[in-house]
Amino acid sequence: MSATLKPAAPPPAPVRREAVQPTPIPRPSRRTAARRSLRRHWQLYLLVVVPLAYFVIFKYIPIANAVIAFKNYTPVKGPWGSDWVGLRNFELFFANPVFWTLVKNTFILAAYTVLASFPIPIILAIALNEIRNGRFKKITQLVTYAPYFISTVVVVSMTILVLSPRLGFVNDAIGLFGVPAVDFLGNPDYFRHIYVWSDVWQTTGYSAVIYLAALAGIDPALHESATIDGATRLQRIWHVDLPGIMPTAVIILVLGVGNIMSIGFEKAFLLQNPLNLAQSEIIATYVYKTGLLNGDFSMATAIGLFNSVINLFLLVGVNFAAKRITGNGLRS
Amino acid sequence: MTISLQGSRRTTQRPESAVIAETRTDTIFLFGVKIMLWVALILVAVPLIYIVANSFSSASAVSAGRVLLWPVEPSVQAYKVAFGDPQIMQGYLNSFIYAIGGTLISVTLTIAIAYPLSRRTFFGRNVIMSLLIFTMLFSGGLIPTYLVVQDLGMLNTRWAMVIPSAIGVWQVIIARTFFRSTIPDELYEAATIDGASDLRFLWSIVLPLSKPVIAVIALMYAIFQWNSYFDALVYLKDPSLYPLQIVLRNVLILNTVTGGSTTQNLAQQLEQQQLANVLKYALIVISSLPVLIIYPFVARHFTKGVMVGAVKG
Repeated sequence: MSATLKPAAPPPAPVRREAVQPTPIPRPSRRTAARRSLRRHWQLYLLVVVPLAYFVIFKYIPIANAVIAFKNYTPVKGPWGSDWVGLRNFELFFANPVFWTLVKNTFILAAYTVLASFPIPIILAIALNEIRNGRFKKITQLVTYAPYFISTVVVVSMTILVLSPRLGFVNDAIGLFGVPAVDFLGNPDYFRHIYVWSDVWQTTGYSAVIYLAALAGIDPALHESATIDGATRLQRIWHVDLPGIMPTAVIILVLGVGNIMSIGFEKAFLLQNPLNLAQSEIIATYVYKTGLLNGDFSMATAIGLFNSVINLFLLVGVNFAAKRITGNGLRS
Repeated sequence: MTISLQGSRRTTQRPESAVIAETRTDTIFLFGVKIMLWVALILVAVPLIYIVANSFSSASAVSAGRVLLWPVEPSVQAYKVAFGDPQIMQGYLNSFIYAIGGTLISVTLTIAIAYPLSRRTFFGRNVIMSLLIFTMLFSGGLIPTYLVVQDLGMLNTRWAMVIPSAIGVWQVIIARTFFRSTIPDELYEAATIDGASDLRFLWSIVLPLSKPVIAVIALMYAIFQWNSYFDALVYLKDPSLYPLQIVLRNVLILNTVTGGSTTQNLAQQLEQQQLANVLKYALIVISSLPVLIIYPFVARHFTKGVMVGAVKG
């Protein structure tokens, strides 16, 4: 009937006394606290069983499965039964001439993306913040935010169509200046620019929203006193707005740099064609091809693991540096 | 969340500009800012308009590259072809199934873990939270995950589309933060005294109070599922299970590199090729439509969701 009675009814006498009498000790030991929590809130523990199983099965078992990076995986023997080969897969990968190309392509592409897509949303957010609320501001925000919701496949298709030598308007536009049509996707030198700037096109509006919220959180009194002291708009941006959004910016930069090596598979893979492979082949796409197309599971896992570990170190390192330099960063 | 909303309302009023008149440099500066925003607006909008304009033009005009920002020789031929294509329609249907089914599963599981994690009396919540956050930083990788899906017999089934990516840690954080900041402990105590169990409290009190955050994470999952193609690429072989994004990729991207089929005579081939060109534009519009229609209504909620998550990153 009453939930306060329920936990008290089934357990034996000694425990019951403990549950009914409020214990004089302010903090019970961790173990008794755990046991009591489990008894009173068993329904909560029941709730988390399935989601926890999900994380174990789809996140932690794969981490354990990554042991095949050190084995010669054969489907018959499974991940645990296959023979150990030590670091051979890694040695083979490092010795492979493609290794340095992959690392270089991945690193440059990611660094370029972070550098280009870091300052532009800040500029957009500050510009939007400067103008008075009105239809123009709303429309600009709505339109620039929209591409974020379009799928990667569509964005890549649009990019290809717009840049197409025969159909796209970009070639029409540069044709007006007498420049002959360029096959942008057929030339490896253009790949990075296409990748990065289509990314900027897609995500700037979304990222700006985060900075806009940070700007809105700045105390208006700061702006007021700066204005009274005779600061121009530009000076207020420089001395009030920018310091105000600094913590947000640092966190976003840390996350960006931390993910530098795990740059997305999807877009690079979709933009790839045999002609631009020299610069468009990155670690993620190579893992996919080695593992699923060529069936070399152990090698693909080794390359993926190499990537994950570097990534983890980068994230931790950058976070540490950012904390040291600016006092901002991720918790923990 | 409420704080940031109040903040935006406060700054929009801009009291200071009313007090002190704009100086000349400020006026010039503001003019520059407006020009910059116009440029940004045009840069984002032009490609979108260009695609829509092309999709409503005739095949020959598109192939000649005559369309810019307004349909030339308006026609809906491409849409007729697209909606008559069984492969595309099947993809559309599949995407809807994955989006709706996946969202239901994802939201249920997310709440099931986020709610207990938001409760102070739930023992071990910090340990579990760390376990979840660790999966954001480090993963076993593509192949080890693939092996798990394979062992579960999910390869080439609809389950592979909705189960392996069912819970997003980010969404768990958003939901947990919301529960923690909006459901006071006193409410729980009151409900307990009235005889409610934990599940009853969750169902009858927490969920009705949490409609906004449930809407946000549901939309996040739905749009993510609608736009995703990687899982399908890796786990699905049977074309009848393909979501729209894979169909799109086959039509839009692979075709642009390889060129069309060559079985008909030259005139037919040309016509076919022209139609294929305009079809691409129409497909882009068709596939983005569901998301872009709901987008203006959900954009604000999305922003809120991002903010809630950002409070405790």
